[in-house]
Amino acid sequence: MKVLIPTPLRQYTGKQSTVELDAGSVDEVLRELTTQYPELRKQLFTAEGELRKFVNVYVNDEDIRYLERERTTVKPTDTISIIPSVAGGLPSRRLEF
Amino acid sequence: MALHIAKPDFEELRQHGEETYPHECCGVLLGQVDEAGVKRVRDVVRCGNQRTDSPHNRYVIDPRELVGIQRRAHERELDIIGFYHSHPQHPARWSATDLEEAHWPGCSYVITSVMNGVATQTNSFDLVAEGESKSFQDEQIHVE
Repeated sequence: MKVLIPTPLRQYTGKQSTVELDAGSVDEVLRELTTQYPELRKQLFTAEGELRKFVNVYVNDEDIRYLERERTTVKPTDTISIIPSVAGGLPSRRLEF
Repeated sequence: MALHIAKPDFEELRQHGEETYPHECCGVLLGQVDEAGVKRVRDVVRCGNQRTDSPHNRYVIDPRELVGIQRRAHERELDIIGFYHSHPQHPARWSATDLEEAHWPGCSYVITSVMNGVATQTNSFDLVAEGESKSFQDEQIHVE
């Protein structure tokens, strides 16, 4: 299957935007990916081996958190997307004019 | 580092902030980064703000929306090179929360101040990661 690599992680995949892998589950995808590109491990996982909170993994259009997380099965035709979260906010004080 | 953007795209992201005022707007910048690290915006994609509980001072782009944007960008041989959002009644400067929640090193974070419904200053900040620490660095916007 195809794994789409987001822009900030491409420095760890030899600038590749996609990686083709053979795997039967999301866990295998991530394991194979970090075996091929060991520097990715620290970016994706905490020291305890948990997927970082801001890292989202999708199988096609589905968040693995709402499937079976890393145990989610994948098919060769699936597209796996790794997508860091995008958010922000303001202090509570507002400028009034 | 510098961010190059066509005038209609620049106006588009500023107008988005006016339309959603007094709430924050947010969206994605698609384009390319050259060998020197210069970013060129080719398209601006509006996103919904998922933080409907506090939209005047928080924004979250639905990751599912981002997944679709990333996939379609890949098909067009474009990359996600940055994001934009507005600061209603606040300056166009990044906040502590903006930095804390920024996880795309190398990408631009464009912020437009919207005062009383009118877009004023727009600034861009390049997210730089060094080891475990990260920072925003001022980035010049070239409107072309």
